[in-house]
Amino acid sequence: MSTKNIEELEKEFQAKIDADIKIEPNDWMPEAYRKTLMRQISQHAHSEIVGMLPEGNWITRAPSLKRKAVLLAKVQDEAGHGLYLYSAAETLGLDRESSIDDLHSGKAKYSSIFNYPTLSWADMGTIGWLVDGAAIMNQVPLCRCSYGPYARAMVRVCKEESFHQRQGFEIVSLLANGTPEQKQMVQDSLNRFWWPSLMMFGPNDDNSPNSAQSVKWKIKRMSNDELRQQFIDVTVPQAEMVGLTIPDKDLKWNEATGHYDFGAINWEEFNQVIQGNGPCNKDRIDARRNAKENGAWVREAANAFAEKRKKKELTH
Amino acid sequence: MSSKEWPLWEVFIRSKQGLSHKHVGSLRAADAQMAIDNARDVYTRRSEGISIWVIESKLVTASDPDESAELFEPADSKIYRHPTFYNVPDGISHM
Repeated sequence: MSTKNIEELEKEFQAKIDADIKIEPNDWMPEAYRKTLMRQISQHAHSEIVGMLPEGNWITRAPSLKRKAVLLAKVQDEAGHGLYLYSAAETLGLDRESSIDDLHSGKAKYSSIFNYPTLSWADMGTIGWLVDGAAIMNQVPLCRCSYGPYARAMVRVCKEESFHQRQGFEIVSLLANGTPEQKQMVQDSLNRFWWPSLMMFGPNDDNSPNSAQSVKWKIKRMSNDELRQQFIDVTVPQAEMVGLTIPDKDLKWNEATGHYDFGAINWEEFNQVIQGNGPCNKDRIDARRNAKENGAWVREAANAFAEKRKKKELTH
Repeated sequence: MSSKEWPLWEVFIRSKQGLSHKHVGSLRAADAQMAIDNARDVYTRRSEGISIWVIESKLVTASDPDESAELFEPADSKIYRHPTFYNVPDGISHM
């Protein structure tokens, strides 16, 4: 055991962070760093898992076998991302079962975006384009996060997400160039998902109390507002290219700043959704709880089978 | 009801013939066979591997990071183990 006092340990820890040396699971770390990461990584994992639900809604109704195969592969990837992240969080001492129970009891949060319904096939396009697009914006800087297992998981996730965004944009672009009804369908979808996508980056910087510490620890590399602006700047020209209109009358290019100016975000809606009052919060949690409860016999059977096989091996 | 959580497994993947297995992450599974099957789905969806090893995480013994200074210091002080420690006269090649 180390005989150093806590101030010395904290100083050495911060010096490692400042020198861009990654922190690994067994290294000493401040309790607050561990807690912050456990909360962030488990929320991220929950988001991946809950994120399968809005898209899962359309697997049986995909318009072609090709689209169905693609959507299945995408949803399977989201499951994989959730698993990488749960195991990254476990390296910090997170208990996976109780973390999942926290999700199911409403104690743990997940991304607000997944509490919106998927009403049309066009939403599969918009989600890939905007929601996965925003997720990539958020996750690319996390590949350089100071905690090794989280950074490594993010590298894998980012590699896989780019397929998600492209398949989404392909759907959007085909519909936008399709019949007037198809174009209307995808415009309607963009109208519904635009603002919730911007909310994915979290509160404004001056309203995000934990950000400064996370930046100091290099868990967070860019601020919420910087990432949101970057997302808007790259997405607006994509919408224009396929002839869709961003539902923001205040959106305009600002020559002086080199960025788009945009309208006010409805933070009251964001807070309501976070607090559990979004359109689908209850459905999502019910679906997760049912999946766990109805799948309990499978987990028990697998345990029983493993026990039986172990006994057999011992008697041979 | 047995609510026993499945054990944690560490997963190692050989990406191609000629390379060694490399640690890629971990997962939960009831037994070794299920760990292999799950590792296939979780870690090789894009042809990342041709061979998988799994081992229960609790069986791994790791060195203590708090002792890494003492543990690895002997190698740091033996710079004569590196070829750059030695002077080779001008004109000598293939060495």
